[in-house]
Amino acid sequence: MPQRHTTGKRSHGWMGIQRGHRARPLEWLAEKFIFAVSLSTILVVLLIFLFVAREAAPLLFGRMNSAAVQEVIPVGEFDKLSPAQLQQYLGLTPSELAAMDRATLQSLMEVKVEALNEIPAAFRGDPDAHLNTTQWRYLLGPHQWTDYAKPEFIWQPVGQIKKYNIIPLLVGSLKTTLVGLLFAVPLAVGAAIYVSQLARPRVREVVKPTIEMLSGIPSVVVGFFALLVMATVLQSLFGYQTRLNAFVAGIALGFAVIPVVFSIAEDALTSVPQAYTQAALALGSSRWQAAWQIVLPAALPGVFAATVLGFGRAIGETMIVLMVCSASVMSWNIFDSARSITTTIAAEMAEAVSGGPHYRILFLLGAMLFAVTFVLNLIGDVVMHRLKLRLEGKR
Amino acid sequence: MKYHSSQPMKTLPVKSLVVAAILALTGSARADITVKGSDTLVILAQKWAEVYMGKHAGAKIQVTGGGTGTGFAALQNQTTDLCDASRKIKAKEIEACIKAFGKRPTEYKVAIDGLSVFVSADNPLKEISVPQLESIFTGKIRNWKEVGGPDAPITVYSRENSSGTYEFFKEHVLQGKDFAASAQTMPGTAAVLQAVAKDKHGIGYGGAAYGAGAKHLAVKADESSPAIEPTEENVVGQKYPIWRYLFIYVNPALDKGEVATYLKWIRSDEGQRIVKDVGYFPLPTLLREK
Amino acid sequence: MNEVRSPKPAGRSFHAASFDYPSFFFSGLTGLATLLILAILGVILLNIVLNGLPGLSWRFVSTIPKKDFFDLETTGVLPMIVGTTIRVLVMTIFVIPVGVITAIYLTEYAPNTSLVTRLLRAAVNNLAGVPSIVFGLFGLGFFINFIGKNLDALLHNPGPVWGQPAVLWASLTLAVMTLPVVIVATEESLKAIPTGLREASLALGATKLETIVKIVLPQALPGILTGGILAVSRAAGEVAPILFTGVAYYMASLPHKLTDQFMDLGYHVFVLSTQSPNIEQTRPLLYATVLVLLGLTFALNFVAIIIRARVRKKLRALN
Repeated sequence: MPQRHTTGKRSHGWMGIQRGHRARPLEWLAEKFIFAVSLSTILVVLLIFLFVAREAAPLLFGRMNSAAVQEVIPVGEFDKLSPAQLQQYLGLTPSELAAMDRATLQSLMEVKVEALNEIPAAFRGDPDAHLNTTQWRYLLGPHQWTDYAKPEFIWQPVGQIKKYNIIPLLVGSLKTTLVGLLFAVPLAVGAAIYVSQLARPRVREVVKPTIEMLSGIPSVVVGFFALLVMATVLQSLFGYQTRLNAFVAGIALGFAVIPVVFSIAEDALTSVPQAYTQAALALGSSRWQAAWQIVLPAALPGVFAATVLGFGRAIGETMIVLMVCSASVMSWNIFDSARSITTTIAAEMAEAVSGGPHYRILFLLGAMLFAVTFVLNLIGDVVMHRLKLRLEGKR
Repeated sequence: MKYHSSQPMKTLPVKSLVVAAILALTGSARADITVKGSDTLVILAQKWAEVYMGKHAGAKIQVTGGGTGTGFAALQNQTTDLCDASRKIKAKEIEACIKAFGKRPTEYKVAIDGLSVFVSADNPLKEISVPQLESIFTGKIRNWKEVGGPDAPITVYSRENSSGTYEFFKEHVLQGKDFAASAQTMPGTAAVLQAVAKDKHGIGYGGAAYGAGAKHLAVKADESSPAIEPTEENVVGQKYPIWRYLFIYVNPALDKGEVATYLKWIRSDEGQRIVKDVGYFPLPTLLREK
Repeated sequence: MNEVRSPKPAGRSFHAASFDYPSFFFSGLTGLATLLILAILGVILLNIVLNGLPGLSWRFVSTIPKKDFFDLETTGVLPMIVGTTIRVLVMTIFVIPVGVITAIYLTEYAPNTSLVTRLLRAAVNNLAGVPSIVFGLFGLGFFINFIGKNLDALLHNPGPVWGQPAVLWASLTLAVMTLPVVIVATEESLKAIPTGLREASLALGATKLETIVKIVLPQALPGILTGGILAVSRAAGEVAPILFTGVAYYMASLPHKLTDQFMDLGYHVFVLSTQSPNIEQTRPLLYATVLVLLGLTFALNFVAIIIRARVRKKLRALN
């Protein structure tokens, strides 16, 4: 590493002497430019959160109403309405209202009446049809809907009464992710121990990049493989009822998680100084004992970080779960189907009415996903950083 | 380009320059007819486009799918001329169109789709009624013996809730009630079929044109009606109880010239002949254009 | 690597009399885990190659499907190959300059301890972990609904030109997604360049900028290349970010401008495996398409891994 002048407010880099925009304006300009461009990464992270949250904002502030039956003003009463009332009733901005002629406004009112008439008579008396299902208590809490025997968590965003409870989706994401981790972490960590501690250098040179190639398989291909081949094989092995279920999705997710966990765990194990192993070997322990009792405990935070980052990878994976299973079942049984948050966003966005409650909820789910993975990444990074500092003896 | 010649002469030169620059950058100014919407219809729409272009030199038609909702969004944003839809437009979408271009879009029926109910070839059951289907798919009936089949639990296969087929089945067979929580949702009709073909106790639904590997049940509108096979004759004749229209929507301001000719051709005998090739059913003669 | 290693494994030769069963057993277990992972990889690849090869032909990769893209006899994947290639190439135009400049800042300029540097590193790490579907939402919310719509309003376009899904927006979305890949790979190769080289250049009177442009960057080129290739191979297989930002289910012609939509290999695999009217009939076609996609991403990955291994070796030799 180059020597750095760390005195003074700003660092001078390894060109400290030639500092200053007067001495070398071009250098100064270039440095500022480089700095500005590199800030774009921070900007992008902020923008992602800002714009995903922006699309979800009306929902967060309770400005959406998804009630099937809403109050309707007959078209005949058009002249009785003040412009302000009209604007509010039709949900227009003042400039939109000003731009529209009488006939257009009246046809907008007609549509409101039609919307009500579209609802079959059977539903008009249904108390559920008057609920604004985008309220938090319906999004998160169970509710006893008409025709149901007990309060339930239900995600059924299409139909007369739109049920937007996100709990089944959370369960679906967690279920598949946990299966994936239970499958992938032991395998990946085992392989990391083998590759970093036990294998001959020549074997390691070949095995490591090969395992890393697993991450080069696009997730849509893993999904395809799981759908066509694995689902059938696993069903005949385990003999469960539902062919496409959270278990198959979880194992397939595991394929995507293995390279992530392996790379980080291997990195952590390798960064444990050789001296540890050598000392243990010198004292007469076997290679395995050195790896298990000396190196692994030293690198344990790294294994933890690998698991956390693997979790982030699994919960954010879209195509695999989308192709393998997608029923929004409120069940923790891994042999039932599941619908993950990512699947829901990917499958439903194209059909959601742009700007409507469903569209906003999908963005809300995206924002949640972003927040969760953000925190997980932060934890993983901090743990890895500290581990390396400790192993390098800097702390 | 005719777009330019029809511009009033007083247009600021700067403005027309800018317009010209943008046109040069982004290609031609909508000389083509663009079609967007339902993935159910995309193959049919493409076939129509191709045959039509073969007969009318100079006509250019661009077809993309993406889903019925996407199609309506494009219609209101005026990014497409025609919107393929596997369901009727919703009041919310009409509202958006009126806000965007002041008029409600014009609706054209362009084909008929029959929905079949599939069971495994090993299942002895031959017919089923719509109320029974409602009970099965909402989870009230859970064993085949309740509908005259063997004593075995029923596995219900359904579609993605983002598909038009799902919505149609839910509205018309389930009377708007929710699918049973235990229903498996599959990502496509073919996946439903494959699952049913492999699952002796499975039941699923999908376009009548699909169907290799599984048995199509004859359906009774209610317990006292006769059981009807989902054949072309029965679906077009509206005897078979589970069917729907497929639509094209268009902004009325654009429904002239080439677009109008194209729409008329689609609904003519010639256009309707193509419908059968891709597995849907043609409109009854009454609804066709002469 | 391990200098003190004796020709024979030390542990075992000392305890030849009492064989260390637990060690043998557990070592074997980790070896088995490694083997299992390799086996999974092997089975997937073998399954795809064996089933995919019969369907592969020059006609298949050079045909635009005209009627029914579920029919192996007449269909082809040319528009998908073109679409995937274009979106990925346009992406590199955006991501490589920004990624490389950021990496230069981080290695050559950034003060180690400042808040901005730490924020920057955190941002890079976090960006790498953001789920791909969230990038898709971001592309829709930011590029299409914000930038695109405002651009249309600004240019007084008669209908939306920019405010709709397009190659450009899909590429930009992917550029954002692959930014950390390029940054990390470039940084790695910059660090592998000996400090002495920089010092020599400076001692000869070159400025810092000159040193970076003329000495450091040429040396780091393989690493930058690796970063680019890794980004391309990652992006080529991604489907989720382009779902709402540009991919089309079907297009009759190839895209010819940046505001066109496009067909895509990965998305096509998804369509074929879920929308096909007859799964058994589509299977050979599906395998052939998967093989094309896999061939594309793997070839790129393979090249990147080889270059990267060389860079790493150099780095290790330095430390």
